[in-house]
Amino acid sequence: MTYLYAAYIATWAIHLAYLASLLRRYIRVRKEIELLKAKEK
Amino acid sequence: MKRSFTLLAVVTGVLLSWGLYGALIAAPTEQTMGDVQRIFYYHVPSAWTAFCLFFVNLAASIVYLAKRNSKADALALASAEVGVVFCTIVLVTGPIWARPVWGIWWTWDLRLTLTLVLWLIYVSYLILRRFSSSGQTPVIAAVLAVLGALDVPLVYFSIWFYRTQHPQPVIGGGGSIDPRMLHVFFVNLAAFSCFGALVCWSRYRLEVVRRQVEEAQALESLLEPRGSR
Repeated sequence: MTYLYAAYIATWAIHLAYLASLLRRYIRVRKEIELLKAKEK
Repeated sequence: MKRSFTLLAVVTGVLLSWGLYGALIAAPTEQTMGDVQRIFYYHVPSAWTAFCLFFVNLAASIVYLAKRNSKADALALASAEVGVVFCTIVLVTGPIWARPVWGIWWTWDLRLTLTLVLWLIYVSYLILRRFSSSGQTPVIAAVLAVLGALDVPLVYFSIWFYRTQHPQPVIGGGGSIDPRMLHVFFVNLAAFSCFGALVCWSRYRLEVVRRQVEEAQALESLLEPRGSR
């Protein structure tokens, strides 16, 4: 069972790490958009 | 568009929960390998999703080479990145399964080696995209993607044409499988396919918006009066 849980935990850890990196990049792009909008004003 | 995304997210959530329940609880335990066989329900769908995403990458790269379409290039990048994530899972869950069943974590078996090569090709593709600032980068990357995609059928058919240590395909390979196991397998296959599509869609949208922001920033720096910085 240890190997089974290790495989499932590893799968979701990789997916969650990737989703977190996507979220971080999304927040950075949002900040840049806000900065551009502020400069336009 | 937003509605379709939400719908896909809900369907993916339901399928992933159903798939996890099926894989850990509902599916019967395999007689020879025991519980460790349940890794198959995540390993094979991850490989399938990675292959599909690499196929999307190939198609988008061909479209980019033919039409120089920026959106096709963004889709190629998104699908390669998400494909590498799924391929990483294949390369992680495989050895975790192999250790108790074969007694070793890794062997330089044809399919395993070709899968590692496939992963390295697409990691190289992503490194090229990330660190090369040349205007020709998308074209070079598209050519690399077309050549790299040749490894996908080699990985898939390696166990059909050569005797390898990797298990032979149970579905379509002459083997038999309990219908309850098959049911759980297909639920997970659908779940991982939907999840891959959802993540690829998100990454594609992010890439399109990021490029628009970069263009706006470049335009702004051109319009900015000299000496204002």
